[in-house]
Amino acid sequence: MALKLEHVSYIYGADTNLAIRALDDICLEIPDGQFIGLIGHTGSGKSTLVQHLNGLIEPTEGVITYDGRNIWEKDYPKKELRSNVGLVFQYPEHQLFEVDVFADVCFGPKNLGLSKAEIEERAKKALELVGLSEEFYHQSPFELSGGQKRRVAIAGVLAMQPKILVLDEPTAGLDPKGRDEILGQIAHLQKETGISVVLVSHSMEDVANYVDRIIVMNHGKVLFDDAPKEVFKHVKELEEVGLAAPQVTYILHQLKKCGFDVDTQATTIKEARDTILKAMKEGRTC
Amino acid sequence: MSIIKTDHVSYDYIRHDEEGNIEGKTRAVSDVSLNVEPGQFIAILGHNGSGKSTLAKHINALLLPTEGTVFVDGNDTAKEENLWEVRQSAGMVFQNPDNQIIGQVVEEDVGFGPENMGVPTKEIWERVEESLKAVGMYAYRKHSPNKLSGGQKQRVSIAGVLAMHPKCIVLDEPTAMLDPNGRKEVIRAARALNDVEGVTVILITHYMEEVIYADQVFVMDEGKVVLQGTPREVFSKVELLKQLRLDVPQVTLLAYELQKAGLGLPDGILTAEELTEELDKLRKR
Repeated sequence: MALKLEHVSYIYGADTNLAIRALDDICLEIPDGQFIGLIGHTGSGKSTLVQHLNGLIEPTEGVITYDGRNIWEKDYPKKELRSNVGLVFQYPEHQLFEVDVFADVCFGPKNLGLSKAEIEERAKKALELVGLSEEFYHQSPFELSGGQKRRVAIAGVLAMQPKILVLDEPTAGLDPKGRDEILGQIAHLQKETGISVVLVSHSMEDVANYVDRIIVMNHGKVLFDDAPKEVFKHVKELEEVGLAAPQVTYILHQLKKCGFDVDTQATTIKEARDTILKAMKEGRTC
Repeated sequence: MSIIKTDHVSYDYIRHDEEGNIEGKTRAVSDVSLNVEPGQFIAILGHNGSGKSTLAKHINALLLPTEGTVFVDGNDTAKEENLWEVRQSAGMVFQNPDNQIIGQVVEEDVGFGPENMGVPTKEIWERVEESLKAVGMYAYRKHSPNKLSGGQKQRVSIAGVLAMHPKCIVLDEPTAMLDPNGRKEVIRAARALNDVEGVTVILITHYMEEVIYADQVFVMDEGKVVLQGTPREVFSKVELLKQLRLDVPQVTLLAYELQKAGLGLPDGILTAEELTEELDKLRKR
């Protein structure tokens, strides 16, 4: 059930003299069950790309297929596509509107024409996946904390039971604990349900800690598309396009420069700790 | 004399029902007393809902304390006749750059503040020029703010406040919506204001790395200041910060993990250079 982009380009204002090429010849595949990080500086084309994934905008050139079928062919069931590819926008809590948490999460599946029992079951499951217990069901979504509101909004999309979940900066504006909680929950539900998750983020640490694959965008093109370790080898190139490697990478490069025999490919605190401990031990014996 | 002094300040958000009767109160700031000296770089940390933004809004009289008093440059913010002076002394920059830019052209936007203060035209332009230069946006003075990046917009917002010649700038999560480059630009601009222009800076943030150069850090929880000190003192308390839903910079966390694994490192390491130096010492021992 892969989503495939073949030579996709998108031009804003194509028929005007202010045309801007936001996507330039993108080829990508999002297979089942992968946790993908999508990074790029502001204006690199990430959001434009994301809006192509569930057919919100039509590519100027190129083809997008889901499960082998072109999503822009006539009669393609867009509604189905949009429940298969769930999009969580930035600050999704601004889209909450119902009287209580449970009703808000039910809104999506209600529009799919399901039975009441099934709608409620989906809502319960979705809320469970984001870690909100029954005591929250009948609270107003507007009286929750920022992190809780955001989880309600994510549950609203999960209740559609998407095969691919796309989250645009799900941790923006949250405190560090809130950040860890949301990402932990997303990683957990990704494993639990086996869906694919695309995480759009500015935080290299978050991306390094959780994802299997990183796609780096620059000027509407895919600059890198590889495992985190491989991508973060290109510290210089990442900086040139307004990004950075995780901070531990910089620390390890610094240590290496000063003669410590550390593995500069480590991207998480735990890996860094282990390689430093190893280097220190070896350093002492010789 | 301190530039900002809060004396046992508390603030209640009051909820009203449809008839306007009081339904309930939420105490957002609770008995906060703090002093900021002119020229200091202050950081305020705290999780979502800890009361940092509410406290910040007291500094330029957007909110008035339910109890206690706030003095800005010696003026009591609760006295209406002080309002102009208070707002001129303490400027504020908010999280979302798109909500605070009004001009069609960068330099007009920056000139808006001083114009409202009745500054003579010639001086307005001088102020616009020096403010834009201070945040490194002078080259963009003729651009439309809409076409700038988030970090650039935020720097224009800072210039707009700077043009009013405040003694103190409060930045309320100015980098929350920016990418890494934008974040760096804004923090660099804030530090330059502090170092070069001597403006007192109060930075509210969720990014621990942005705090390490501050003179003083205040940590808030449930409306109270629960921890205060230099960044090194504050970030030595890794476990306590985690309990408060916060974090420490990645270097500090790494050093802490190494410490736990048995390496004899000191508490509160803040930069990669420090860590390298300390590990080097250990290696040579």
